Amino acid sequence: MSDTTQSAPGPLSRLLASDIFYRFRRDPVAIVSATIVLLFVLAAALAPLIAPQNPYDLTQLDIMDSEVPPFWQEQGDPRFLLGSDHQGRDMLSTILYGTGLSLIIGVFAVLLQAFLGVSIGLIAGYNGGRIDAFFMRLADIQLSLSTLMIAIIALAVFQAAFGSELYQDLAIIMLILVIGIAEWPQYARTVRASVLAERSKEYVDAARVIGLPRSRIMIRHILPNTLSPVLVISTVQVAEAIIAEASLSFLGLGMPVTQPSLGSLIRSGFEYIFSGSWWITIIPSIVLVVLILALNLLGDWLRDALNPRLYSRR
Amino acid sequence: MALLEIEDLEVEFPNRHGTLTALRGINFTLDESERLGIVGESGAGKSMAAFAILNLISEPGRISKGRIVFEGRDLAKLDEEEIRAIRGDRISMIFQDPMMTLNPVLTVGVQMIETLKAHRDISDEDARKLALARLREVQIPSPEARLDAYPHELSGGLRQRVVIAIALLSDPAIIIADEPTTALDVTIQAEVLALLLALCRDHATALILITHDLAVVSQITERIIVMYAGSIVEAGATRQIIDTPQHPYTIGLIAALPEQNAPGQPLNQIRGSMPSLNNIPPGCAFAPRCDYATDICHRIVPNLTTAHGQSVACHHAGQLQPQESVRDTERAVS
Repeated sequence: MSDTTQSAPGPLSRLLASDIFYRFRRDPVAIVSATIVLLFVLAAALAPLIAPQNPYDLTQLDIMDSEVPPFWQEQGDPRFLLGSDHQGRDMLSTILYGTGLSLIIGVFAVLLQAFLGVSIGLIAGYNGGRIDAFFMRLADIQLSLSTLMIAIIALAVFQAAFGSELYQDLAIIMLILVIGIAEWPQYARTVRASVLAERSKEYVDAARVIGLPRSRIMIRHILPNTLSPVLVISTVQVAEAIIAEASLSFLGLGMPVTQPSLGSLIRSGFEYIFSGSWWITIIPSIVLVVLILALNLLGDWLRDALNPRLYSRR
Repeated sequence: MALLEIEDLEVEFPNRHGTLTALRGINFTLDESERLGIVGESGAGKSMAAFAILNLISEPGRISKGRIVFEGRDLAKLDEEEIRAIRGDRISMIFQDPMMTLNPVLTVGVQMIETLKAHRDISDEDARKLALARLREVQIPSPEARLDAYPHELSGGLRQRVVIAIALLSDPAIIIADEPTTALDVTIQAEVLALLLALCRDHATALILITHDLAVVSQITERIIVMYAGSIVEAGATRQIIDTPQHPYTIGLIAALPEQNAPGQPLNQIRGSMPSLNNIPPGCAFAPRCDYATDICHRIVPNLTTAHGQSVACHHAGQLQPQESVRDTERAVS
């Protein structure tokens, strides 16, 4: 806070000088988990460049290469570092591509959740009264049905109605939509609670006295003040969404085998686990667990870092 | 013609006990560039009156009666869009706690520019220039740097200056200041008050100063309204009210000023506390706490009557010898 009289520093130097970054640097758990998440994102984004094989290109596959164990085992093949699955796909490449799909679905589903939840929470909290009661009861109803149940019903109905061919093409979008819509109440409740607290603060009265329109007060004045809890639940929600996608894929309602996400990889290998080809299931599972763990740890750290009441503890 | 005319204003809050009347029969006028003080205890309805002027009474409260005529229009009857054009442009408001009235996540500059843009077509650059000019006017050092500062980077006094600068931005006809110095420490208080007074004079802006501090009001305002339990009990020129208060409540308030007491002596106070608005006694609301109350005070609500330019709502107005009695007790005490 000492450099207040200097002219505005750039966004990067501002970030580097911020409390958040300072706390980040001093927390090894945060650094490790952020690094892991970053590595996963990079690996997934660069998959087409670094993967030894394109698992979507059927011409590159050879059924003779099926179920090759990872390289450290006796029959391992240096071409397949992490082994191959029953169709002769290189596990490493498939996992890289699959992680990308899982992340895309997770992130976009959470963006959709956040958009719906934040808008509804803001409107409900600011307006109060009947609008508030309506949306919050809707949230209660939605929360009383589990996300998986809603997703299974919606996806099964879609598959039955439009056939599995079309479903395979639209699987990503469908998963994003279903997971996105099913989880909005988390955001709506969080945002509404913060809005209720912010709404009674004097700066909101001051904004009204200035003569600003409602929409502007809501979006420009109240919303930014409610964003830190949103940020915190977002990391956890991405993890949740990835798990939801994996569970759905595991149940056969998610990504098709030809375009596997982590969940569908785990499922496809599950049938072979007792025939000794454990790597097809176990390796993607480990990847999934590590990714989720890193995201959750990051979320925990963020929650502590953004909560001024926990400042003194560390 | 008066700039602002408030006639028989009444504000009600329906609640589970029925209807609570927060303001009853408020009448007053404000001339151009006049400085008016509204004084009273917490809960007397001072802030409510200010909010009513801008039609900002929060739900479920509402203006149930009366007119608020400003520049020929009744503010109580305007729709949301029309009143919004007046808020912050023709009438602006300064709140008590500068720690709370600035949005913590927006820079001072953003909040000032936003205010300007809400009311007129102005480029960012011009708005910034005007904002800078106002910051200079409220004597903020190095205003360019402050414009890009966040509120938490400023001290309380500076923030209140920023709030005053925002209130001044569009050269309003009226500034309503709701306890503008209560949250500041005493030395800053005096500076901010002097600044406010100077600015109102320079810009010929009318000021409604709401406070519980008679000393503050007497320094700044030309006229005073004393409120008690949602009604006006006394109104008149500042000197008149301070020198010859007529209503026992005003007399009590003045006697309660620390300056009226000899050092080392306990401070005078008005015994009891203000009645809840849910059960205002019949008759004069102040009667249960009044030393002069007689039978009639407990039965009949006194009307505001005017004599020599000073209005008092008391059955015994003019019969009391307030100054003498205050001085007497003072002498007796010392």
